[in-house]
Amino acid sequence: MLALWRKIRATGRVAEPAPPLPPAGEVPDRVRELRGSVQVRHVDAGSCNGCEVEIGAAFGPVYDADRYGARLVASPRHADALIVTGVVTRNMAQPLRRTYEAVSDPKLVVAVGDCAVDCGLFRGAPGVAGAVSDVVPVDLRIPGCPPRPAAIVEGLRKLTGR
Amino acid sequence: MTGLVVVVQLLVVVALSPLLIGMMRQVRARMEGRVGPGIGQPWRDLRKLMRKQPITPDGTSVVFRTAPLVLVATCLVVAAVAPLVSTAALLDPVSDLFAVVALLTLGTVTLALAGIDTGTAFGGLGASRETTIVALVEPTLLVAIFALSVPVGSTNLGAIVGATLADPAQVLSPVSLLAAAALVVVIIAETGRLPVDNPSTHLELTMVHEAMILEYAGPDLALVELAASMRLSLFLGLLANLFLPWGIATGGDPLLIGLAVPALVVKVAALGALLAAAEVFLAKLRLFRVPELLAGSFVMGLLAVGASYFLA
Amino acid sequence: MTALHAGLGVALGAGSLTALAGLLVPRRARTTVVGAGLAITGAAALLAGIAAMTGRSASFAVPDLLPLFGLLFTVDPLAGVFLAITGGVTVAVGIYGIGYCRGPGDGQGHDHGGLDARGVQAVLPLFVLAMLAVPVAASVGTLLLCWELMALTSLLLVIAEHRRRPTVASAGRWYAVMTQLGLVAILIGLSVFAGHAVDGSFAALRAAAPTLTPAVAALVFVATGIGFGSKAGIVPLHAWLPRAHPEAPSNVSALMSAAMVNLGVYGIVRVGFDLLGDTGAAWWWLLVLGLGALSAIYGILQAAIGTNFKRLLGNSTTENMGLILIGVGAAGFFGTAGDLDLAALALAAALLHLVNHAAFKTLLFTSAGSVVQATGRRDLDELGGLNTGMPATTAAFGVGALAASALPPGAAFVSEWLLLQALIHGLPATGVAGAIVLPLAVAAVALTAGLAVATFVKAFGIGFLAKPRTPEAASATEGPASMLVGMGVAGVACVALALAPTLVLPTIGSVAGATVGAGDPVRIHGLTIELVGTLGATVGSLSPLMLTLALLIGTVLALAGARALATRRAARAARLWDCGGGPLSARMEYTATSFAEPLQRVFDDVLRAEHDVDVSHYDESRYLVQTVEYRRRVPDRIEKRLYDPVLRLVAAWGQAGRKLATGSVHRYLGYGFYTLCGLLVLLVVTR
Repeated sequence: MLALWRKIRATGRVAEPAPPLPPAGEVPDRVRELRGSVQVRHVDAGSCNGCEVEIGAAFGPVYDADRYGARLVASPRHADALIVTGVVTRNMAQPLRRTYEAVSDPKLVVAVGDCAVDCGLFRGAPGVAGAVSDVVPVDLRIPGCPPRPAAIVEGLRKLTGR
Repeated sequence: MTGLVVVVQLLVVVALSPLLIGMMRQVRARMEGRVGPGIGQPWRDLRKLMRKQPITPDGTSVVFRTAPLVLVATCLVVAAVAPLVSTAALLDPVSDLFAVVALLTLGTVTLALAGIDTGTAFGGLGASRETTIVALVEPTLLVAIFALSVPVGSTNLGAIVGATLADPAQVLSPVSLLAAAALVVVIIAETGRLPVDNPSTHLELTMVHEAMILEYAGPDLALVELAASMRLSLFLGLLANLFLPWGIATGGDPLLIGLAVPALVVKVAALGALLAAAEVFLAKLRLFRVPELLAGSFVMGLLAVGASYFLA
Repeated sequence: MTALHAGLGVALGAGSLTALAGLLVPRRARTTVVGAGLAITGAAALLAGIAAMTGRSASFAVPDLLPLFGLLFTVDPLAGVFLAITGGVTVAVGIYGIGYCRGPGDGQGHDHGGLDARGVQAVLPLFVLAMLAVPVAASVGTLLLCWELMALTSLLLVIAEHRRRPTVASAGRWYAVMTQLGLVAILIGLSVFAGHAVDGSFAALRAAAPTLTPAVAALVFVATGIGFGSKAGIVPLHAWLPRAHPEAPSNVSALMSAAMVNLGVYGIVRVGFDLLGDTGAAWWWLLVLGLGALSAIYGILQAAIGTNFKRLLGNSTTENMGLILIGVGAAGFFGTAGDLDLAALALAAALLHLVNHAAFKTLLFTSAGSVVQATGRRDLDELGGLNTGMPATTAAFGVGALAASALPPGAAFVSEWLLLQALIHGLPATGVAGAIVLPLAVAAVALTAGLAVATFVKAFGIGFLAKPRTPEAASATEGPASMLVGMGVAGVACVALALAPTLVLPTIGSVAGATVGAGDPVRIHGLTIELVGTLGATVGSLSPLMLTLALLIGTVLALAGARALATRRAARAARLWDCGGGPLSARMEYTATSFAEPLQRVFDDVLRAEHDVDVSHYDESRYLVQTVEYRRRVPDRIEKRLYDPVLRLVAAWGQAGRKLATGSVHRYLGYGFYTLCGLLVLLVVTR
């Protein structure tokens, strides 16, 4: 325990300084109702987990998306926004729709990664039902394969406004 | 002016409990090298949740809908009667340590019933684990209350706090220290903090409290979260004033009450920060190791009672 | 003609007439007449009991009714408590039985249950009369006669449904044997006592008590304690309770659990405090306290892991009787240590818990009976979702469950508070023994309370909420109005006792004080209960009404706050969150077994569940599994350790005894001759 305490003292702050606030862009008006607090529920609709690793890094100590008011939650009922990664496979189409319906208004959907935005590499593959926007309405797109954590954080800051 | 005491306590507890949670999250964040969202984030979360649309899941009954209200009501009653800023209580016949403990257990029970009412496996899981922990915590809790009441001859909260104020050296007696140690473990178990339960887990199999509330949304969720933060601040406030009562007012004098509020805030904040810092070093215990922890705290409680007789 | 005499007379008359009516009235009106008659009997007994508790007393003698002695009855305040309890329970159960006995039995295709038969309906009033007679018996012979009458009538009622289920007969046998053995123990104890007195009347016994040697007094106490304790369902003589209650009809179970087991406690209090008076030794009462604590924990543990609905409630009765005996034992213990005020407080707590238990146990058994009748299912794992089809029964069971789990604003919270107060104030007076025993007693009460919470959350939540697990549970509907009215009476009593125990507490306190020889231990100040210390200072106070009002105001505040601050009002109905996959079936809900599984694991050393796994393979290939059958049984460990060896011994003895019966008449004549010679030799030698 003492070793851990010494490590904490030695490491100090890991989080990088916050970049300037991004412009709101394409985000819908109902974002303003959230006012600095966005609970996010992640849905893997069929991804290779590359985007998940980047999202994990975005919520980690270096990028610290938590400081802008975004928090990952376990249940869609607790969430305001769904971050969906991966192309929507046939098996995940209905669950994704049901997850969207389980969220209470006002709700938003963020498509993270090229696969979620426009099917990316997997366009036309047999198990693919479509991009996320083909299944649920998408409010914010974060392209990239995978998108950098900084881009993910920037997208979340458009939602929280902080 | 004991009515003033009740109003002040209610306002302080309701307004500052989310800030306590926010401060504990900040302490944890800073120790992990992060920046954290700020102390006021839980209030932002609550404000946003009140704006969300309420949801009634299919198949749930009136038990599910009223559980958050009853939970908050139990917290409000305890906030009104516990000696947080003054030992003079408006509702003295309710200000009994057994009654307060039983009210907080009532809150847990309503939430457990709501969890079962959802009919999902996770709801039942959370309810089952929570009631097991409550059942095993009861002996420690009541024996610790026994130990606290022996020097005073009463379980009335105001009387116990008043006796400690009158005889400060009693705080360092073996009875007090052992009872305090036992109560710390009880508080961790009842409020669902590490190492008994991880309040920020996302894995349903590791959830105890969170699993019961997976189905709540919007204002209901806001009430449940507020009640959870109020429970933590009430438990910490009781711990602070039972063992470190300095600063508390002994009557209804507005000036003394005005001084007692910052004293309470400082004490509870210090305890909360200590708890949050300790949590950084702890991992969650396996569910079936928790009874061992609770048995250890029970032995401490028994020793406290023994000490109160043999060393009195 | 005082209220007491009137009440007793009406009770006796109404009871006898109802029994007669049960024999004569045609089937169509039988249950109505008997139910109404029982209600009148109960109401009269309740009035008589209240009159007796507030200080009236009376005596009756019916000499020469039996050879050697007549019948002697005396009504004193202690008896009044039990009269009132039995009377109150009978009112609720009588009204409930009107609809229940006419009902469809176990709902599995039988036309009607057969509970409206002459045998059952005529014996019910006799059972009630016997239960009313036991507390007022004032001589050894009267007590034993009424006790045996009660045992016989209850046995007949327990086996009322023996044609439908074979398990009823087995339960009946257990019950019969244990009751008779209890009677033998009581007989031994009281006979030894009466042998040292002038005659068998209680007055003579009281006079003879100071002349008893400690050994004889101990023998009397222990022997009667065994008999009365077995009736109260105390470990280790509790085995009949969880067997008889599930098999008896629900109105009989309610009567047994809420009125009959109390008489075991009555016996211990009567013999220990009244008849043996001040000759008690501390170890007697510590024994009672210890057995009470053991029963409380063991009973509620069995209830916490059990899934049979009525068996769970039967185990809960063992638990509550254990709690009451903790109070009685503590009262005796404090009495021998010299602190009579505290003894009165402990006894008052025990008596109040007795009253509360009668109220909520009646409510629980009647609502459980409604459920079992409506669905035909007795296992919690097969119920659920009853709140849509049976809302009134669900609400009734909810009130009862709240009361049984000793949480505010339930009824048992007040009595447990009083019990805990009595225990924690006992530390100075009782010395080292108290310093060791009292914290353990408090811990036992606390563990019991915690496990009771778990048990009743399980029973109410799994049994009544969420989705129905079987088609029978899905199609359940409320029973006839009389059943609801009966439940309502018990429910009103529960709520009244929860909110206003100040109505009954002064009288119970004075009864307790009179029994131990002290003053009133509790003072009522408006709607608050206050405990008076030795210097007259208040050492504790509680106001359940204020607490409940505060809770209600809190709920209204929370609701108002939520409404005011929420911006979107219209709620949306949504599909249950099932992780997006297929629909959740009732099979995926938590069952009572799974709910209790963590507790069963924690207490595994005590419970020692037995697991059986049977794997059967296809004939064609030993590698392919056809079926896997998993069976888990939690046996009653005390039964296994204590009863099985005793039963084996008795069986072996019986087998060995066969060797004596060779069939030779010469041998049998020889037995008689040699025994007679031996006895004559013995007489000559000892004269």
